[in-house]
Amino acid sequence: MGKNEEVKLLGIWASPFSRRIEMALKLKGVPYEYLEEDLENKSSLLLALSPIHKKIPVLVHNGKTIIESHVILEYIDETWKHNPILPQDPFQRSKARVLAKLVDEKIVNVGFASLAKTEKGREVLIEQTRELIMCLEKELAGKDYFGGKTVGFLDFVAGSMIPFCLERAWEGMGVEMITEKKFPEYNKWVKKLKEVEIVVDCIPLREKHIEHMNNMAEKIRSA
Amino acid sequence: MGEKEEVKLLGVWYSPYAIRPKIALRLKSVDYDYVEENLFGSKSELLLKSNPVHKKVPVLLHNNKPIVESLNIVEYIDETWNSSAPSILPSHPYDRALARFWSDFVDNKWFPALRMAAITKSEDAKAKAMEEVEEGLLQLEDAFVSISKGKPFFGGEAIGFMDICFGSFVVLLKAREKFKAEKLLDESKTPSLCKWADRFLSDETVKNVAPEIEKVAEFLQELEVRAQSAASRS
Ligand SMILES: N[C@@H](CCC(=O)N[C@@H](CS)C(=O)NCC(=O)O)C(=O)O
Ligand SMILES: N[C@@H](CCC(=O)N[C@@H](CS)C(=O)NCC(=O)O)C(=O)O
Repeated sequence: MGKNEEVKLLGIWASPFSRRIEMALKLKGVPYEYLEEDLENKSSLLLALSPIHKKIPVLVHNGKTIIESHVILEYIDETWKHNPILPQDPFQRSKARVLAKLVDEKIVNVGFASLAKTEKGREVLIEQTRELIMCLEKELAGKDYFGGKTVGFLDFVAGSMIPFCLERAWEGMGVEMITEKKFPEYNKWVKKLKEVEIVVDCIPLREKHIEHMNNMAEKIRSA
Repeated sequence: MGEKEEVKLLGVWYSPYAIRPKIALRLKSVDYDYVEENLFGSKSELLLKSNPVHKKVPVLLHNNKPIVESLNIVEYIDETWNSSAPSILPSHPYDRALARFWSDFVDNKWFPALRMAAITKSEDAKAKAMEEVEEGLLQLEDAFVSISKGKPFFGGEAIGFMDICFGSFVVLLKAREKFKAEKLLDESKTPSLCKWADRFLSDETVKNVAPEIEKVAEFLQELEVRAQSAASRS
């Protein structure tokens, strides 16, 4: 790594999308400057760097802008090659990528939709969410982490999104989504994740986060 | 690659997504068996078993291991047959990130708008979606100019990841032009993309695997008639 590297991350404290980038940068030991955004009042920097999506996270590396959390994670892995976060085997890599998409495109959608509903409509969405999470449960069988013995790409994507974001929202609503009994591997994985320093460092503070997720759910419901 | 390889692709002939792995396999000179699925009748056991969550084509089976999602398959092909041809993704991490970003834009932003425009019943929603489609094309025009740096393709001298991704929809755009008299790729608005699209369609590899535009146009028309009669029945 060169001495004069400039690495900047635009993020939001409560966003799983930027938290997962911090996890990867920490694992690689890449120093970075973190800039907190305010989505109600986006900075001119964010609008200039991400004119199409206007979303965080945005990574700036020596003047180059990289957008979309999965793209950023791949970029980080290819740029700082030590402590790889994607598996080396092409088939395992393809599985990690597909499951990451499942988390961000499917599980997030039904998961958040379940927040928007009042009690009655919720049950169906909860069941759908559980079915999808079962795909992760199966993948974890016999492993400590998705990455095997160490954390990697899918641990960051799924970890930032499910246990340390969605589950907090469900907890706020009193929904017990991912039970020990039905999801033993998943629950074991969450416990193991909490032993990893670079992960723990990037988890939003619990009480504040639950309150934030409650407010968000409230907003979705009243919209 | 030493031992006996078994490579099988499940697809449907008209699907833009299925064109992608076909191009990639051909670029890498990989022999494979192609299995045509029937999405209007019942899906094959093999498809349901290999893609239980999405149940969609394309699926690549490599020595019985299923790989799903078209772009993910292209990347798998690129990583697995990495010595037999130039790589499909660019080699520099930043260029790879650009290819990934823009292909994500095509699949998750631009094409969903086009699909919305095609299926919605509301005139307002249609107009709004078409606006998004056209704006997206302008953005893609800019992206092409800056990424290709004067070369013929997004990938440079030869077709690469983003060419495969966006190019697979060119067949669809051309087919829509035929039966709808709608001109989305407009010479006056997106001149570079128009030239790129023609180059893409006349590329030897693409010509070999892409379906005939006439046939796709007929098929789209048939789909529309079917949808209309289904709607009038209900
Ligand atoms: N697909 C994007 C999703 C990022 C995203 O949704 N970011 C949200 C914050 S959690 C955002 O910036 N939203 C701003 C907006 O929608 O205006 C990624 O993976 O980076
Ligand atoms: N994101 C998928 C999309 C594939 C897709 O939509 N395939 C369609 C055919 S064009 C399909 O199999 N549809 C079957 C269904 O939805 O039941 C990919 O890139 O492979």
